[in-house]
Amino acid sequence: MLSQIIAVTGVNIRSIRARLGSSSVAVVGIAGVVLVFVAVLSIAEGVNNTMKASGDPNTVLILRAGSDTEMTSGLAGDQTRIIQDAPGIARDGSGNPMTSPELFVVVDHPLKRSGSPANVPLRGVTPEAFKVHDHLKIVEGRNLEFGKNEIIAGRAASRQFVGLSVGTTLKWGESTWTLVGIFDDGGSVSESELWCDVKVLQPAYRRGNSYQSVYAKLAAPGTFQQLKDSLTSNPQLTVSAMRAPDYYGSQTETLQTIIRTIGGIIAILMGVGAVFGAVITMYTAVASRTREIATLRALGFGSIPVVLSVLAEAALLAIIGGVIGGAIAWAAFDGYETATMNFQSFSQIAFAFAVTPKLLLTALFYALLMGLVGGMLPAIRAARLPVVTALREL
Amino acid sequence: MRFLPIVWRNLLRRKFRTVFTIGAIFFAFMLYGVLMAIRAAFSMGVDMAGQGRLMVIDKVSIINPLPASYESQLKTVEGVTDTTHANWFGGYYQDVRNQFATFAVDPESWLRVYSKEYDLPEAQKKTWYADRTGAIVGIDTAKKYGFKVGQHVPINGTIYRRPDGGPWEFTIDGIYDSKMKGSDKTQFVFNYQFLRETIPERSGFRDRYNWYVFTIADPDKAPQIAAKIDAMFANSPSETKTNTEKAFVSDWAKQVGDIGRIMMWIVGMAMFTILLVSGNTMAQAIRERTNELAVLKTLGFSEGRILSMVLLESTLIAAVGGGLGLILSYVFITATGDPTHGMLPAFYFPTPALAVGVLLVAALGMASGFLPAWQASRLRIVDALRRN
Repeated sequence: MLSQIIAVTGVNIRSIRARLGSSSVAVVGIAGVVLVFVAVLSIAEGVNNTMKASGDPNTVLILRAGSDTEMTSGLAGDQTRIIQDAPGIARDGSGNPMTSPELFVVVDHPLKRSGSPANVPLRGVTPEAFKVHDHLKIVEGRNLEFGKNEIIAGRAASRQFVGLSVGTTLKWGESTWTLVGIFDDGGSVSESELWCDVKVLQPAYRRGNSYQSVYAKLAAPGTFQQLKDSLTSNPQLTVSAMRAPDYYGSQTETLQTIIRTIGGIIAILMGVGAVFGAVITMYTAVASRTREIATLRALGFGSIPVVLSVLAEAALLAIIGGVIGGAIAWAAFDGYETATMNFQSFSQIAFAFAVTPKLLLTALFYALLMGLVGGMLPAIRAARLPVVTALREL
Repeated sequence: MRFLPIVWRNLLRRKFRTVFTIGAIFFAFMLYGVLMAIRAAFSMGVDMAGQGRLMVIDKVSIINPLPASYESQLKTVEGVTDTTHANWFGGYYQDVRNQFATFAVDPESWLRVYSKEYDLPEAQKKTWYADRTGAIVGIDTAKKYGFKVGQHVPINGTIYRRPDGGPWEFTIDGIYDSKMKGSDKTQFVFNYQFLRETIPERSGFRDRYNWYVFTIADPDKAPQIAAKIDAMFANSPSETKTNTEKAFVSDWAKQVGDIGRIMMWIVGMAMFTILLVSGNTMAQAIRERTNELAVLKTLGFSEGRILSMVLLESTLIAAVGGGLGLILSYVFITATGDPTHGMLPAFYFPTPALAVGVLLVAALGMASGFLPAWQASRLRIVDALRRN
């Protein structure tokens, strides 16, 4: 039995060369599906990677209660000082709390790819910000000087928006800024942003002495609950506290839902379409070999080896298609950088498409599944052919 | 069509193949429907933006509200026929996850300017105009949360905050629908006066609007009027940016950017692949009958007749598969609407795209039948008969 299976499969696979035309159609069909599947989901993975890079679990984000994003939050200057003194927050060498009150606004500034205006996030910070966001480093130019109209831009922002290179002057409304440096933050969301001195930004946006968020470093991973309880039970404050990974996880929910819902619909429709494509291809392959198969059967080969050999051929074609599709998707899309609107924060977020190994393996698995499902009906048909009539067929 | 039976028998000769070819074409055109809906969704309703409507926002960013005093100045500009204003409220019901588009507006001028977009009974409009704490809500949102006319609903704001920290209690005065395809039926629109009284004066945000909308008599004059308005407010603390509503929507869609375009490319490619596979199979089905076509020729069938029979066969397959695919995706997309429940309100199958789909179906049928029939007609009968 096993030797029969091997023999028939061998014949099938060796004869693929003779049927290159119809076989390549199946391969192309499945490669197309895999390409689409990987490409669409690599967008979601890319956004996800950016969000993961942003969430240091020892950083806590404090917003006004009821606000789900920095953009809509608001904290008065005296509230940020109360927050600073809460228990559970790390202190630096000289005993000062490691907290960073920040102001988050957007400016209208053109995108490179279309030249059309986009909401570019602009974050006002204090010198303490660089202690809390300790992964941030200047990779070009220098850091901003506090008290001046100076800006530093994230690496992704400088690539996505017009005219963000060191030394350029930017004018928004009545204020003029000089871009003095480009920073790297390990691929996190802040790389899509522009940073400046909050004390300069507050009057420019008529914000008085108000902020939108406070970032705080935890003294130890376990002190989160203590900090949260003390903040939420303080009658002077109405704030909520979240660990950074939870916050960033929630930030792109809308975007992720859109990509995954649409990606899902596309993948299902395409997958079924490709199965139909595979069925007709394998069917044609079987039909053109009707006599050959009947001969094998007449020679005493059982129907199970025949079924398995057709399935093996379909699986092989599917895997070849899957590998080709995956490779094209990887070559064309992995690392492709773009920016999109993050509906929740109402501002642009830059990210790179990520074709991950996990994604490729899932796609290959689907390809194999499509091949097997597509090969099943023709295989059964091949095995059921009455030998005598089949031999007579042209 | 005397020879219809021959065409029919040919289709039935390999039932299995015919059925699956039709199936593949069916899914290709289902994909086409989804593709067109994605296209509409990511253009964010740019096709519906009013031609004669312009918007004014703060030059630095729409998040900086403009002074209320600008409205009377706008009205003085020649060619401006009507004005209204709105504030983005960021409302949610019970849980911050339940967000929908919420605007604080001046009810009467808002419904004057957007008279076609909101369909609701005159009586409900009248109630709303007279009700300081009233709101109208889109039928999609009303259905989702079970809002009824007359009901009191507590709505919290992510941006604005009541001094007491509680929600705003609105009365649902009307539920609007819209006859315009793909229009946003998720909005919650309420009277600005109710919001105004909860904004402390010292905050500097009272009597300031996120954007103005105005209509003009002659849409061709839009660029001149926009330039005039921006010049009027130049060098003030709140400089403006004025443009057509269409331009704003299109810029907004461009902010979302590549993602929609890339998805479309990908789906387009996928559809093309499936069509290639099924077209090839259909051509194959005819190619393997070359010698039969030669027999028909020997019997005296003209080339034109043979060609039309072959084309009829392939067009029939394309029409059944493609037609069903188009109809089903149209019905399905129209019935379910936005698959993300509120994130892509403009997810719909545009009617012009349906016409293009029909053309594609015809092209598929023609192309896949014409090539093999043409090849067969070029062969000499003797050679064709010899072919196996």
